[in-house]
This record gives sequence, C-alpha cells and structure tokens, in this order.
Amino acid sequence: MCPHSLSLERFAVGELSNVDLNLAPGEILCLSGASGSGKSRLLRALADLEPHAGEAWLGERAQSMIPAHEWRAQVMLVPAESHWWADHVGDHLPTVAPADLEMLGFTPDVLDWQVARLSSGERQRLALLRAVARGPRALLLDEPTANLDGVTIRRVEAWLVERIRARGWPTLWVAHDTGQIARVADRHWCLRDGQLVEEEEMSAWT
Amino acid sequence: MDVIVLSWWQLALAALLVVALAGCTVVARLGMARSLLFAAARTVIQLSLVGLVLEALFAASALHWVALMAFGMLLIAGREVMARQTRRLVGGWAFGIGTLAMFVSSFSVAVLTLTVVIGPDPWYRPQYAIPLLGMMLGNTMTGVALALDRLTDTAWRQRAVIENRLMLGQRWQEAVGDIRREAMRSGLMPTINAMAAAGVVSLPGMMTGQILAGSPPALAVKYQILVMFTLTLGTGFGTLVAVAAGSRRLFDDRQRLRLERLAAPRH
Repeated sequence: MCPHSLSLERFAVGELSNVDLNLAPGEILCLSGASGSGKSRLLRALADLEPHAGEAWLGERAQSMIPAHEWRAQVMLVPAESHWWADHVGDHLPTVAPADLEMLGFTPDVLDWQVARLSSGERQRLALLRAVARGPRALLLDEPTANLDGVTIRRVEAWLVERIRARGWPTLWVAHDTGQIARVADRHWCLRDGQLVEEEEMSAWT
Repeated sequence: MDVIVLSWWQLALAALLVVALAGCTVVARLGMARSLLFAAARTVIQLSLVGLVLEALFAASALHWVALMAFGMLLIAGREVMARQTRRLVGGWAFGIGTLAMFVSSFSVAVLTLTVVIGPDPWYRPQYAIPLLGMMLGNTMTGVALALDRLTDTAWRQRAVIENRLMLGQRWQEAVGDIRREAMRSGLMPTINAMAAAGVVSLPGMMTGQILAGSPPALAVKYQILVMFTLTLGTGFGTLVAVAAGSRRLFDDRQRLRLERLAAPRH
C-alpha cells in the first residue's frame, strides 16, 4: 500500500472551472474563501457526489475509471456536519484503534454511547475518527475543527497531521482560521470569484 | 339458494336514507352534505357504467376485449398511484414505475391464479378475470402508492444521512437500505393487517358479498383465502418492484443522490 498523490485536471464545478492541482502524498493544502464561494462544492465534486467536469486522479487511477463507492472509500470526504444513522456510536465504527480514541480524548466505552446524546464537538471528533478508521487513501476535510474549543482544536490538529504524514494521505483542508492554516498547511489556496488563487506569503496570514 | 333480486325502488330506499343523513349534517352545521351527496352520486353513476361495460364484456367474452378492459384499469390505477405521492419522480417516472410494478405483479399473479388455480374455461372468462384483476389492482395500487410515497419522502428528509453514508464509501443500496425497508414495510403493512384481522375483526367484503349472493359459507371462505393470498402476492411483488426501481432512480450511474429528480410538493 504505497501512498498516492491526488491530482485534479481541468476540474470544474459550479462557478469554478479549469482547476489544475497536484497534491503530493502527505501534503496538506488549506483552502479558504468566503462562504458560498464553492469550497464545499469543490470537495463534494471531488468525492464524486456532484456532477462535474474534468478528471481527478488518485495515483494512476482516474475517478471515472473506478466504481463511485470505491472512489469515495479512498478519497474520503468528512463534511462540516456529520450525520449518523444507527443508535450507537459503535455501529458506525466497526474497527477502531484504541490509540486513536485516546488521542482524540475518548475511552473505549464511547462505542456504547448513544449518538443522540453526543455534543456537537464529540460528534465532529467521532466523525473524523469514523472516516479515518475506514482506511482512506486521501482526505477531504470540510472545517474539521469548527465545533471544537481551543485545547481540543490543537489536539485534533496534531492527531490529523500526524496521521496524514504517517500514512501519506494527500489532504484538502477547508479552514477559516489563519492560525490553523499557518499551523497545518504546506500550501494555502484561496477561492475568490470562481478562481483558485495560491496565497504566496503564508506569513502574511499569521 | 337463489339470489334475491334487488330492484331499483329498494335501492332508492337506501339512497333516501343517505339523503336523510346529509340533511342531518346540514341541520347540525357539520358541512359534509355536499361531499357526501357528491360521492354517493359518483358511486351510482360509476358502478352503473361499470355494470353496463361488464354486461357487454360478459356477453362478448372475447380475449381482446378483456385485455383492453384490463389495460384500461391498469392505466387508471397508474395515474392514481402518481397522484397520491407528495414528492413524485419527475419525467413520467412516477407513473412509469407505478404502472410497471402493478403490471408485473397484478397481471402475472392474476393470470397464474386463473390458469393454474381456479381454471375457468376459457381461462380469461371475464366473470372471473375482471373481478379478480380489479381487486388485485386496487390493493396493489394502495401498496405501491404508499411505498413510493414513503420512499421518496424519506429520502428527501434524510438526504444528508444518505449522502454521509455515500461519503464513507457505502454503495447506494446500503446507503438507502433502511429507507427501502421502511418503504417496503409501509406498502405491505395494510395487507398483512388485513390478513391477520380477517374473519376475527371484520368479514372481508368479497366473502360477505358472496354469502349475500347465496354461496355456501365454506365455498365463500375458500375463495376469500385464495383472494387474500393473491392480493398479498400482488401487493408484495408490486411493492418490491416499485421500491427497487424507485430507489434506483434516486441515484445516477455514479451513485450520486439526485433529489432534483423529485418534484416539489403541491399545496
């Protein structure tokens, strides 16, 4: 299982067109932009949940060449708001490493908890865990720390960055907080007027 | 065991009582008189017309006339299924899927029952074929309409859950599995309840009619059991086809949930 890169070729969805992008294994690209600028839509199209033009590649394999559910299992989108279908947390997490639970601040008995009683922060952390536990090859994160408090944000960031680097997942990370972008991003792109612009000076944001 | 002939003046007596009921609702200001009388009038006119058609059909007893009648009934049932859905599939799919489901199940079960089980001569003898198909279509229609309505409505409400399941790499069948089960359940529940309550809570209408018309109860019971089973088969397979085809249509060939294929409800 060698890590793959994620590339976009003349990718277009909604206002956004002709996006060419290449993400190396383990690279984190932060994406920011005003709300409604199409960040979430770009991620959804990358996960092939929306009709779009152009092509995306994971290593040598093109999105259109493999069945959609296999693509999504590999290029895993974690939406800003997670949704749960069964009553208990454990039903959504068939296999999970105790180390991961601990790093996100949970004990193994979280698997017996009822989903309905989770706080929004707990939901968000468990949604990340749920996605990572399925063994993806690339990550698309839509504001993964939006519902968390300061200490937990750092903890989740550290855990995510460590996993991303260790497993070599190319990652698109939608973020608003300039501090967070400075901490996690290798590159930072901004979505303005339907254009994807690279922010050259990372330090200008801190 | 001759049937007691019912004459028009005897029916007029019953009609008079309905009018009296309407009069009572007017006096009590309950505002039901118009719709009550309107529905009663529809019953008289529609059933009389059907009676004329059946008389002619029984006299002719030709396969092509029976088939024509059957398809006419099917198309009307298909239209009814479509009309009963809040968020129907657009582009003729609601009508198409409903009609196909009813055609596949009602027609094949009715033909099978006629040729193998009852065995009239000829097998399409309208005295057997038309009432049997009518009952089948009526029940299957209810099941298919309920199931499709539940399917599309729940998919609409739970779109976020379905999409989140897709994001985690589930196939569309798995992502919509709970909703399919629920739709299947609401389509079949009335039939299952009717079977469970038959004879205990209620005497089924067909059996009652047969007994009133002079059949021995034992024979009426046998026919009723047969009808119950065929109705269950028709409704079950019809609902199965409708749920399978309807849920497939909610997704495209890349397994994306395409809710723009559902029409907005009309208020």
